Amino acid sequence: MYVAVKGGERAIENAHRLLAHERRGDREVPELTLAQIYEQLALGVDRVMAEGSLYDRELAALAIKQARGDLIEAIFLVRAFRATLPRFGATEPVDTGRMQIRRRISSTFKDIPGGQILGPTFDYTHRLLDPQLAEGFVPEVPATGEVSEAEMPRVTDILGRDGLIEPSPQAEPDAPVGDLTREPLSFPADRDLRLQNLARADEGFLLALGYSTQRGYGRNHPFAGEIRFGEVEVEFFAEDAGFAVPLGAIALTECQMVNQFKGSATEAPCFTRGYGLAFGQSERKTMSMALVDRSLRARELGEEVRAPAQDEEFVMSHSDNVQATGFVEHLKLPHYVDFQSELGLLRRLRQEFAEANASEPLQEAAE
Amino acid sequence: MMKTEQDSRRAQRRAAMAVLAQSEAADISARLSAMALPDHKTLREPENGLVMVRGRVGGDGISFNLGEATVSRSAVLLSTGQVGFGYTLGRDHEKAQMIALCDAMAQSDAFADAVEQEVIAPLRTAMIARRSQMAAETAATRVDFYTMVRGEG
Repeated sequence: MYVAVKGGERAIENAHRLLAHERRGDREVPELTLAQIYEQLALGVDRVMAEGSLYDRELAALAIKQARGDLIEAIFLVRAFRATLPRFGATEPVDTGRMQIRRRISSTFKDIPGGQILGPTFDYTHRLLDPQLAEGFVPEVPATGEVSEAEMPRVTDILGRDGLIEPSPQAEPDAPVGDLTREPLSFPADRDLRLQNLARADEGFLLALGYSTQRGYGRNHPFAGEIRFGEVEVEFFAEDAGFAVPLGAIALTECQMVNQFKGSATEAPCFTRGYGLAFGQSERKTMSMALVDRSLRARELGEEVRAPAQDEEFVMSHSDNVQATGFVEHLKLPHYVDFQSELGLLRRLRQEFAEANASEPLQEAAE
Repeated sequence: MMKTEQDSRRAQRRAAMAVLAQSEAADISARLSAMALPDHKTLREPENGLVMVRGRVGGDGISFNLGEATVSRSAVLLSTGQVGFGYTLGRDHEKAQMIALCDAMAQSDAFADAVEQEVIAPLRTAMIARRSQMAAETAATRVDFYTMVRGEG
């Protein structure tokens, strides 16, 4: 039975007012602009876009500002916002092979066509705090180099030419694409749904699961075949115009993991693959995603399912930080009545216990 | 023959839309306000919505839903009958409307050349310059491997 308890409206209103005050911080310090957030905290913005599952830099910046830098709260805000807009449809699938590359590396081949391009990366920095950055630092203008006209094929395409790696799964062009924002999740789930789930999954959760596969819980011997980051043009088939209209470009990170081989009496052995793709510059996320995508293929590849990272129901049901935070944090909402009944039961049990052990009287500490 | 002509006009419209969608609204606006515009009215009020962005497994396999993006769209009708469509990432109504107007003009014999020369071409030049600058900055981070000979061999 639920008993409605009224009250607390004024406390809630004042708490929100206090929150707004605290969010602003010291009013002597200039207020953050959205442009400052999306220009200077770009990777935080990318994470909110990826896990909020909505590409819009300005909205993600607003969400970060409103959430006082709490990225999961910001992701929650972005998810709630997307429910307010109609969906026009789905884009044509993006072609990451035609990306304007800003970074592209392979850990499997030194000399890949198009070369190893480091781009803006934290790799090879010494991870020492830089006091210069504390105030007024003006960076040098970037160096420029000669632009090569060479194609930059995906490393997996190069391996694929010799049949050394399994091809990507193919389907009829008009085959339906699963959408977990429209249909409730059911298991077993196909790879399209798994990748959609992983693309919006919590980075920390995927990182830990990916790490667990490396430590032996569902080992699959990964190599980072290729990681690329850059801008990709997006097109949308507009019914009214009657053709695919260009919408602009979005930044994406893609990771192709190359994993231990499979083969059979009828098929020559070849490397297998795990795939990661996310909005923005999200390298750790896409690497983790590719590891987990591969481990979730255990069933398909005839591997024994023993580790958490191989269990699609476990992974997909716990990967969403908005769902997870909702259920964990609901524990702080009033449970007074539930708790009173538990308390009553506990007191009765203790009394029965005391009566049964009457020869040894129990000291009631906090009656 | 008609088919090819239609295809080539469509390719031109798509190319123009690609440039406009990747340009700043203020830059489009500055170009448009410097030229004579045809009589037109809004056919579809600008509206914001979402598109589901799709990727492909492995980059070239089956499609999957990656996540949504905000989009603004609009449609404009010229008094001479051409209907232009404007679509762009983001939530800028005015930008969608300007793209629609440019698309309508691109279909009008009287305005196609003017919009190409005075709006699209300079914006395309600016877009290519931005991309070239980014490509040059990126190229400077390409690794040149060399082999170090150690010991006396």
